[in-house]
Formats: sequence, C-alpha cells, structure tokens
Amino acid sequence: MNSLHAFNRKARKLEEARVAETGDVEALQKNKKHGRVYYPLGCTLSFNPGWEVDVSGGTAGLCAPVERDLFDCYLGCAWPAQVPDHVSNNPDWTTKCNSAANDWRNVDVIYP
Amino acid sequence: MVVETIAAAYHPGEHHYFESGGKQFLYLVPSGAVFGLSGLSQEIYSLLQSCPLSGEELSMELGRRGYSPTEIQVTLDEMVDFDVLSSGIPKKTFPKVPEKTFPIQRIVLNTTNQCNLACGYCYEYSDDKIASTKDKPKFMTDSIAKAAIETLMKESAGRSSLHVTFFGGETLLNYPLMRDSVQYATARAKEAGKTVDFSLTTNATLLTEEIADFLAENRIGVTVSIDGDKELHDRMRVFHNGKGSYDIIAPKIKMLLARHRTNSIGARVTLSEGVREVRRIYDHLTQELGFDGVGFAPVTASPDRLYHIGGHSMDKVLVEFEELAWEYRDHAIKGGRHYFTNVEDTIKEIHLGISKAYTCGAGLGLLGVGTTGELAACHRFVDSPVAQMGNVIDGVNHEARHDFLEKHHIGARTDCHTCWVRGLCAGGCYHESYIKHGLTDASNLTSCDRIRGWIDLCLRIYGEIGIKNPKFLERFDDN
Repeated sequence: MNSLHAFNRKARKLEEARVAETGDVEALQKNKKHGRVYYPLGCTLSFNPGWEVDVSGGTAGLCAPVERDLFDCYLGCAWPAQVPDHVSNNPDWTTKCNSAANDWRNVDVIYP
Repeated sequence: MVVETIAAAYHPGEHHYFESGGKQFLYLVPSGAVFGLSGLSQEIYSLLQSCPLSGEELSMELGRRGYSPTEIQVTLDEMVDFDVLSSGIPKKTFPKVPEKTFPIQRIVLNTTNQCNLACGYCYEYSDDKIASTKDKPKFMTDSIAKAAIETLMKESAGRSSLHVTFFGGETLLNYPLMRDSVQYATARAKEAGKTVDFSLTTNATLLTEEIADFLAENRIGVTVSIDGDKELHDRMRVFHNGKGSYDIIAPKIKMLLARHRTNSIGARVTLSEGVREVRRIYDHLTQELGFDGVGFAPVTASPDRLYHIGGHSMDKVLVEFEELAWEYRDHAIKGGRHYFTNVEDTIKEIHLGISKAYTCGAGLGLLGVGTTGELAACHRFVDSPVAQMGNVIDGVNHEARHDFLEKHHIGARTDCHTCWVRGLCAGGCYHESYIKHGLTDASNLTSCDRIRGWIDLCLRIYGEIGIKNPKFLERFDDN
C-alpha cells in the first residue's frame, strides 16, 4: 500500500482480504493482523515425531525416522528447525553423508 | 470495436469523491469502503475524470511524470481490486434477499394503543394515522406479551443477543406489563443460553422513582420524546385538554437522569413546522436537562399538514444541523463528547462501512407486536392494513414477511440504483413513504438531495476526525 490509503474499517478489511489472497510469506513472529488467515508450511502441517524416540527408546518405530526428518528440515524446508540451515550458514553440513540410512552418524554437531 | 475499447479501458468505479482536512477521499459504492488518495493513485484518478483510458495510455502519461511501469501496474491492480477503478463494463451487484428463515433479533411490543397526551402530529392518532384500533384491546395482556417473547425465542434461531423494545401509545400506561415481561424474557433468555436487553420509549409523564429504579436495575435504555424547552415543547406535546406537558415531565426527567445511570437515556425530538430551532433545542436538552444523547427527526406527515416541514423550512433545519455537526467534529478532535446523535449514528455507519440492503430492520430482524398479538414489519405498522406478518399465537407468516423483504430490497428499488448513498439510506422509511405516497416501497425522492448532502457532510467530518484524532473512532469498532 503506498498511494491508496484504507481509511475506514471496511477499507481495511478489503485490504486485509487482498493481502491474504495475494500477499507474500509472512513471519508469524510478527503481530498477527486481524482477520488474516495463516496457513502453516512444510513439516508444521503435521505432528512429526521429529527428534523424539519411540516407546522402546529407539528411533526405528517412529513413523518418520529421525534420519528422514533431519533431511526434511535441513534441505526441504525453510522453517527454522533444530538443525543447521542449509541455505546460509552450513551448506556443507551433510557432505559426508551420502546415504542418510547408512551415513547419518557422520553428520556432526555444529557449535555456533 | 468501440465496445472492446471501452471494455479494455480503465474508468472510475461507482463512488463519491470528497475532500477533508486537505486530503482527497473516495467513498466507494456499494462496498462502503473509504480510501484516501495521494501521489500516484490521485494522479490516476484525476486522469480518468474526463474519459476512460487504456493501460498503455495511462502508462505513457504517468511514465512522462516519472512513475515506473511497475509501480503504475501495482497501483492500477490495487485500485481495480478495491473497485476504485473498473477495467470492464460496470456491473451492478446487489446483495441477495435473505432466506425465509432469517432470524428475528428484536421485537417491539406496543404495550398499549392508548396515550395520555394528544400531540398534534402523532402518527398514531392524528390525521395521518393508519392504525385502526377499533374493537381491539387497549392494553396488551400478559399472555400476549409472553407469547411474543416466545415468538422471539423461537424465531431468533442461533442469535444469542436479543432485544425487546417497549412502545405505545404511552408505554408506561401499561407499566405492570413491562415489568413482568422484563422478568419473563430475562428468565427465558437465560434458559436458552442467550442474553436479552431492553429499551423503552416514553413521553415521561408517568415516570416515578420506582419506575426509574426498575429501569436502572434492569439496565433498560430509555428514549424520551421531548421537543425542547417549555415554549417549543408545549406547542405540540399537549394533554387531551390542550395543556402542555413540559412542566410535568421536566422534573421527572431530571429525577430519571439522576437515578438511572446504567444505560443511555436519550432525547428524541420531533421537528415540525412550529418547532425547528435545532440549536436552541439541543442546548436546552443537554445543558438544562442533562441528556447525553439528542436525536432529531422531522415529523412524518403528508405535505398538506400545517405542521409538515416544507422544503424551505427543512433547508433551514439542515443549516442548523450542519452547525451542530461541525461542533461535533470539534469535540471529537479534542477527544471530548458531543451529544448530537444524528451525526454520531451516521459517522459510525461510515466508519464500519455499512452497506444496507434495507433501510432498517423492519420485517428483517425486527417485528412490531400490537395489543392483539398481531405482528407487523415494525411498531408503526401495527394494526394497519399493510406490512402484516402473522401473529404471536399462530406464528410469523413467513410468506408475507418474505414478500415484504423482496419488495423492499435495494435491488428492487430501481430509483436508488444510480444513487451513491444507497448503501447508507437504502430508500428511506417505509412508514413515511406510506404516509406521503400511499406505498410502502416508494423511495422518498423529495428528500434525496438533502440526504446526499447530509451524508457528504458526515463523510467530510469523518475524514477530518480520522486524520486529526483517529483514536476517537475506535469507540465504533467493537459495536
């Protein structure tokens, strides 16, 4: 919005509706605008067990094994998860891990 | 080819342009949105005043003025999305007529058709009366009132907040019914998990301390019919023997205002040919009596009545309205209170961007109930030959109600289709139309210019308040 200013409440509602339809991705840490519907992206769409363990204390019985979850967060998703980010700071984090199922131990801890 | 060119060109959508506080605004129709213009949007709007222009023509001209193609396109898209501009052949769109099951939210109980005053201009008793009360009970009975409340409970469907208005004749002639009905409706609403609130219209002649306390306890909003100071009020609002009622009601109103502080107590002034000193009336009612809301309405009367306000007099009334309205603006900018409700009500509707399909709630969310239990579109049509909608025993006549709603819908009022205030006016009072033209659905065309002038004034006031003290307008947000 630059030269056209929503002035009354109806105009603001129209503006919000337009932003909801055409707007860019918006960080949820920002104050939520009234009337705006937010759709979650990536793994936040489902409850993924992620870094948890199964009933036996292992990871084998999880519906999404930790290995898969790790790469989902690292490569496929821009969501800030508990893994180093592939985009800006740690592009080489998994270079020693050609096959996640076999080489996952090579993925080391990052110390910021 | 010509059609294609027009279709492809940009032209302003349906709107009303106004200036306020040094800025330019558009009030959009039918959305009711108000947008401020500046910079590029202002230039686009101004370029399109003389004739429609294509995107290329606009881009070329605006490019010469230093705007980039991207910002021109972004602004054009935005203006089209909000219907500030249209890029095709304009279409008229109207909301739909509500379903037959549209819920009722408010009933107005005419607790009696009797009155202890004989005001010269009264639409219930004077020359313009349309209600026939012959052979009808003078007072509403408890069982009819309960059946009316049951009708409200049933017909309100999912609505959780209900209203009951007590009206007359003079309502307080049947005070016991009002007292019992408040109790009954409150209990029934509680059982149904709903809330109900109440309001009363009275001439104040029968107010007592007991009644005032009851009104306060039950947070009942009160509207007092009063026309100003003694001299003005007593011209029309007289007892049957011709004696004025001011001296009786003034102390009672002061007593009510002192004892009842749980809801608003407003004055409703009926302006007539002999009583139209708006400023004087306003000052008296707010300063001498202490009302915190004063609303004015010109008398409903056919044009040949002596008390009817003719065009010339109405123009004088509007000059005083305007003066009070600017005073309202000054108070609002300073964050203070002003009690001229005509301007406050309009500004609230502008702020919310209300766009009406109907003039009022009559027959839509509201029904009037007569002493016999007959239902009508509103209290003014009770016991009349028109706008009847069943009764509280057999239930609402949904067919009749739907027919009424179809007939009075803004989409059916072709006179209004080119008018920019139709979203706020929607054609005017059905009762007034019936008195003046013998039809409930005739638009009150003689008032149109004045209504447009009034809304334009309120838009300018709204704009200025919005620029100088936007916080003031927040009070309208949640209501």
